[in-house]
Amino acid sequence: MDTKEITDTPPPAPQPTPAEQKRAARGATRPGDRIFLGLSRGSGILLLVIMAAIAGFLTYRASIAISKDEANFFTAFEWNTGVVPPRFGIAVLVFGTIVSSIVAMVIAVPIAVAIALFLTHYAPRRLSGPIAYVIDLLAAVPSIVYGLWGALVLVPNMNGLYGWLDDYLGWTGIFSWQGGAPRSMLTVGILLAIMILPIITNVSREVFRQVPQMHEEAALALGATRWEVIRMAVIPFGRSGVISASMLGLGRALGETMAVATVLSPTFDIQASLLDPGGGTFAQNIASKFSEAGDIGRDALIASGLVLFVITLLVNGGARAIIARRKEYSGANA
Amino acid sequence: MAKRIDVSGLTAYYGSHKAIDDISMTVEPRSVTAFIGPSGCGKSTFLRTLNRMHEVTPGGRVEGKVLLDDEDLYGHGIDPVSVRREVGMVFQRPNPFPTMSIFDNVAAGLRLNGSYKKSELADVVEKSLKGANLWNEVKDRLNKPGSGLSGGQQQRLCIARAIAVEPNVLLMDEPCSALDPISTLAIEDLIGELKERFTIVIVTHNMQQAARVSDRTAFFNLSAVGQPGKLIEIDETERIFSNPSVQATEDYISGRFG
Repeated sequence: MDTKEITDTPPPAPQPTPAEQKRAARGATRPGDRIFLGLSRGSGILLLVIMAAIAGFLTYRASIAISKDEANFFTAFEWNTGVVPPRFGIAVLVFGTIVSSIVAMVIAVPIAVAIALFLTHYAPRRLSGPIAYVIDLLAAVPSIVYGLWGALVLVPNMNGLYGWLDDYLGWTGIFSWQGGAPRSMLTVGILLAIMILPIITNVSREVFRQVPQMHEEAALALGATRWEVIRMAVIPFGRSGVISASMLGLGRALGETMAVATVLSPTFDIQASLLDPGGGTFAQNIASKFSEAGDIGRDALIASGLVLFVITLLVNGGARAIIARRKEYSGANA
Repeated sequence: MAKRIDVSGLTAYYGSHKAIDDISMTVEPRSVTAFIGPSGCGKSTFLRTLNRMHEVTPGGRVEGKVLLDDEDLYGHGIDPVSVRREVGMVFQRPNPFPTMSIFDNVAAGLRLNGSYKKSELADVVEKSLKGANLWNEVKDRLNKPGSGLSGGQQQRLCIARAIAVEPNVLLMDEPCSALDPISTLAIEDLIGELKERFTIVIVTHNMQQAARVSDRTAFFNLSAVGQPGKLIEIDETERIFSNPSVQATEDYISGRFG
């Protein structure tokens, strides 16, 4: 009550200006506060500067390349930067990047979610620790090692699977196989799936672990079996987290370079079948062409890098939109 | 519908720790039985043994018998899942499924039990929400999330969800402890109506509440911290609060505890 009386009676001294009041409310600043403020603000600004510098660089060099391009940059099925005038287009790369990432996601997301559910809701504690550790190890393997393993182990052993797919699903067109070496989008997708599995698993596991006990008990008390508890309480609660986890994985799959470059036998055209070798991705194309490219060739590769950058941004934006649309129903309201 | 509960020689453990020791009691159908006692005396644990929720806790196990009419809940070949479909439960904190609408929350238990036609579901949902005195407040927003309701409304939603599957027994673990007095009154009125159809067991820390809503009251106590909780006595509520037969009960309800 004391403070109220003081504010109610106007003080005899002249009123402090709003700026002075604001400063007083903030309290006395000490050197430590100022240093920390400067450091954190500086870090934030630095991040923006770096982002702007990258975007500016990409846009500037890309615009040089695209202005010299004789073919349509977005639809041309060729990449001839050594000739005058240069002709190049990204259609093949867009297709290859998206297809290989979709294959990877289709394989990795269900497996990762299943592993995460097993670790959080089925495995005994003695087992879940070591398994989680092995998954962390998978994430620590460098991508070139995955590439080598893919080229030396995966590729030579794919013939059986390819034959089987061709026999039973060849009629779809997507899984027909003309018998070429299995250095195709499917093998790339499988390898990418293994590479993005740990990140999706780990994030999903964290999310599933945070499901409040009371939601699981609510389902149990209604007579739900363990699987029904997971379906009613765990998966809906974790859905937006699993989407975020998948987007992290997708980001890695879209930009993966060395593993794709080592396994794929690239061509600059589009294969209707996932099993026939050929095609290419943005990152693989940049990695394999950059060292031999001339000035225009480099700028053209940079232009393709800018497109990859934009695709990644769009994917992230889409994921955010999906999460936001479900916000009213998310566990955060509980 | 409402069934009698007959407990004999029930002991519950958390790992090697004995939480409640050798409890026997009978709960009459179509009545409200209140459990009172100090914190840690095992009344919630005992409540959770009545629908086999206790064993969900890691290390939780039970010895003894719980008969629902003539069926032993812990008998051979009895599936805990089917027990919980017969014995519903309402928890301390309102816990509607945050990802489901009001309608889906109430229908959740039914959907577990099999497939229903849309019109059948709608009928049961309406009946249950009316039974929980919530229908008039939510009938225009059945498709909105249940987590948007007030705490008291959420708790009545949870009661609607529990009674939608027509259990034989309804267990309530301090259902009003997170609610304001007006919401508490609404739940207490509701309990009075529900006992016409269900056997109700309620754990409460609020002795006035026990006196208001229950027909019989059981007093639990523990001799010291770390010791297992015991049933001291169970009797008509009126008797417990006016003239209990054990001195410890009188000390507790008159505030001379500890």
